[in-house]
Parts: sequence; structure tokens; C-alpha cells
Amino acid sequence: MSLRRVVITGLGAVSPFGKGVDSLMAGLLEGRSGVRETPELVAIGGLRTRVAGLVTGVDPKEIPRKFRRSMSNMSVYATLACQEAMAQAGLAPEECADGRTGVVIGSTVGSTQATEEFFADFFTDRSLERMKSTLFFQIMNHSCAANVAQTLGIAGRILAPSAACATGCQAVGYGFETIALGKQDRMLCGGADEFHPLTAATFDIMNAASVAFNDRPQQTPRPFDRARDGVVCAEGSGILLLESLESARRRGATILAEVVGFATVSDHASIANPNTAAIENCMRLALADGGLTPADIDYVNAHATATEQGDIAEGEAIGRIFGDRVPVSSLKGHFGHAMAASGALELVATVEMLGRSCLIPTRNLDNPDPACGKLRHIRTVESARLRAAIKNNFALGGVNSSIVVRSIIHD
Amino acid sequence: MTDQEIIALIDSSLVEEFELEPPQMTPEATLYDDLGLDSLDTVDMVIVLEGAFGFKIREEEAIRQIRTLGDIHRFVIDKKRTKEKTA
Repeated sequence: MSLRRVVITGLGAVSPFGKGVDSLMAGLLEGRSGVRETPELVAIGGLRTRVAGLVTGVDPKEIPRKFRRSMSNMSVYATLACQEAMAQAGLAPEECADGRTGVVIGSTVGSTQATEEFFADFFTDRSLERMKSTLFFQIMNHSCAANVAQTLGIAGRILAPSAACATGCQAVGYGFETIALGKQDRMLCGGADEFHPLTAATFDIMNAASVAFNDRPQQTPRPFDRARDGVVCAEGSGILLLESLESARRRGATILAEVVGFATVSDHASIANPNTAAIENCMRLALADGGLTPADIDYVNAHATATEQGDIAEGEAIGRIFGDRVPVSSLKGHFGHAMAASGALELVATVEMLGRSCLIPTRNLDNPDPACGKLRHIRTVESARLRAAIKNNFALGGVNSSIVVRSIIHD
Repeated sequence: MTDQEIIALIDSSLVEEFELEPPQMTPEATLYDDLGLDSLDTVDMVIVLEGAFGFKIREEEAIRQIRTLGDIHRFVIDKKRTKEKTA
């Protein structure tokens, strides 16, 4: 069975830098921080982290009420990012109704905010009489994918992977495989998440959230740095429009990059702590899936969330495969960890780096921790001709994922 | 409440909930065609009216006959008056 080549023809982003890929790239290239003090966290008992990367500059009313009524913020972010990706690809909504365009967008869970609001009311008298009909559509796990499909009139497949911080990377991988197998011609792929204090608490109770920089929010998180002290939670959505090479050429779409390899594996050593061997295995499988060797890779976009153990495990694995030859950076130092959106948002930026022939450094990396391995860390924006890049994401629950993209080779 | 106060509260509640424009709120406006509501919206409309007026109407048979905003005005006014008489 021959597999079809899969290319990227559209990108979309909603991030702590605002709406749009241009806003995301401007924030990254200018070395800004999207992390802020978050006053709502102060009032929550037992929560020590007070910083987050929150989305600004988005008007949900861009989406008609008929579609918005079933959306929480994460679906708003995903829909706006999809619209941007489709516009870039020149794909009109009426072209999405033939069943050959699908959606694969996941989130960590359904809307925690909507769930909180429901139960806050429910527990006053245990009555369902005030429950709005659209609540379920915000709480269900496939809320983002379903809302996007409804709003954009998409008639193909709907997938909604849920693998916490690996969700966005997995979604792109599953979209890639779906198109490669010929089951769909185009897939809107990515992840979305909205911030809720419970998300920050999840990391804080495991002593994995950043707590030492509450008064200096722009100095955290600090991937691979000696002074790193944990995750900073963020929100947003990253979307990539994947398309078969034939479809892209038939439509005359501009090809931004090609997806060539993907792997996702279970790390059964621990439900919480990443393991070097499992990460190494995942990256090697993704390379093999694309028929590439480590020598073909010019950049590693690391997951690196700035936890003590995670950065060491990933840094060691990268070092085992690539030594200190291949440039490495994590974008979480700029805008934190966007959870289910992180993989896709960071992959959007990676594709932009391929197109712009530049490398974005790891923000807040002042003193690289030797425990993370001897890596070729990127410390400032660099010019570089990039043939291919690998992008990692790992999740609580023991889920690893890696995806390989390369500049399009015209043949 | 006077009838006009009831109508004003109905209209303002629906304008807020369904992002309607006040000029649309004429008695002859049909819920589906003129105001653009659908079956999900009408479920939520009942909840909005129950919250605004403090009564329970979800199981009332007469709701199923409502087609226009004027039908809602009359239904709510009748409900309020009946409630006042039995109070």
C-alpha cells in the first residue's frame, strides 16, 4: 500500500501574544514574554504559582452567536486559528463540505470553567432546572473539534485526541496518517486549551509548577536553565492545515513544509516522570517513520517545560541522538506551556522557522544546566538554512510524541 | 408589575441572552424566522424567563403554541396574573 505525501498549506495561532501567526512570531522573534502575574490565582487556597500565559486581543464575537453559544474559550481559540489557516491556504468553507476535509483537534479536557459554573449552581439546591441546553457542548471532550466542524461546515472526519500536553503533536500526527492513508484529503490539525486555576494546581500539587518567580513573571519558565523551577501554564490554540500533496498542487496552494514522520509511544515507567530511554525511542521512531537519520535534522524543537526531571530526561535523549551538533530550543520560555495547544503552537512556529530560515532561542536560558546534557542550545535568534526539524511533546500519563517536518523538496 | 413592565423585562432578557437588537423586538416578530432562534434557543429561552419572573413554565402545554414575541408577552402576562390571583 503506497502512502501519500502530506504537506502543510496553512497555519493559525491564538497565543498569549494575541491572535494570529504574525503576533506569535513577532513575540518570539522580539524575545518578549507572554507570561503575566495572574491575580485570580491569589485567591485560591493552597495554590503557590501566581503566573500564567493568558490570551489577549481576541474578540469571541467575531464568531456568530449561533456557533459561539456552544463554545467555551478553547473552541473560540481553535475556530479563529482554523479560519486563519484556511485563509492562508486559500481554502474556502464551501470547499470543506465534500467530506474530504476533516478535523483533528484535541484539548486536555472539556471546559473546566463551564464545568465549574454548572456545579457551582447545581450545588446550591441540586437542581438541574437552570441548566442551559448548550452546556454539554462546552464540557464534552470533543468540544473544540465539533465546534470547529459546525462553524466551518466541515463534513469529513472528526477526531479529538486527548493526551494532555502531547495532544497537539498527536493531533497533527493523526491528521498526517489519515491523509497519508488516503482517508481524507485535508485535515485541520492541532490543539486548544483555556486556562483555569485547576490546570495550574495540577502541576503545583506535584511540585512541578513555577513558584519562585511570582514577582518576576517574565523570568519564568526557564527551560534547561539551572534556576528553572517548573511549568507556567498558558492557553491558546495552534492549527496546521495538512493536505495531500496532490490536493495542494491541484488547488495551487503555497506549500509551507512537508510532514514526513510521526511517532507516539507509551512511557510505562511512570505516569508522571519522563524517561530518557522512552523519549529517545520516540524520536528515533519518528525519524525512521520519515526515512530520515539524525544527520538529516537541523533543529530540535524541545518540549522542555522547565521542570527539574523533564528537562533532564529530554536533554539526555536529544544528546544521545544528536550530540551537540543540532541546535535545540524550547519556546515555553516565551509564553509558557499551552497544554494541549503547546505542540501545535510550537509546531506552527517551527514551520515558520523553516520558512524564514531562522532559529528562535530558548528565552530565560541564562545558565544552561549541564545535567540536561551537552546540547547546542540556541541563545539568540540565528539565521540558518533548515532542511528538517523534529518537534517533541510529552504528557502526564506517560505519553510521548515526536513529529518531523521538512522544507518542501520540489520534485 | 404592569403589562408594559412585564413586556419590557421579557424583551430586555431576550435581547441580552440572544444578542438581539431592540428594534427587532416587535410583537409580530416570529421567533424562528424573524429573530433567528432555533430549538436549542427556545429551551434556553424558557430558562431565561423562569429566572426573570420566578415561575416554572417548562411543562406548560401552552408554550408549545408560541410562535411570535407577542405570544410570549401574552403567555407571561397571563401566567403572572394567574399567579397573583392564586397567591
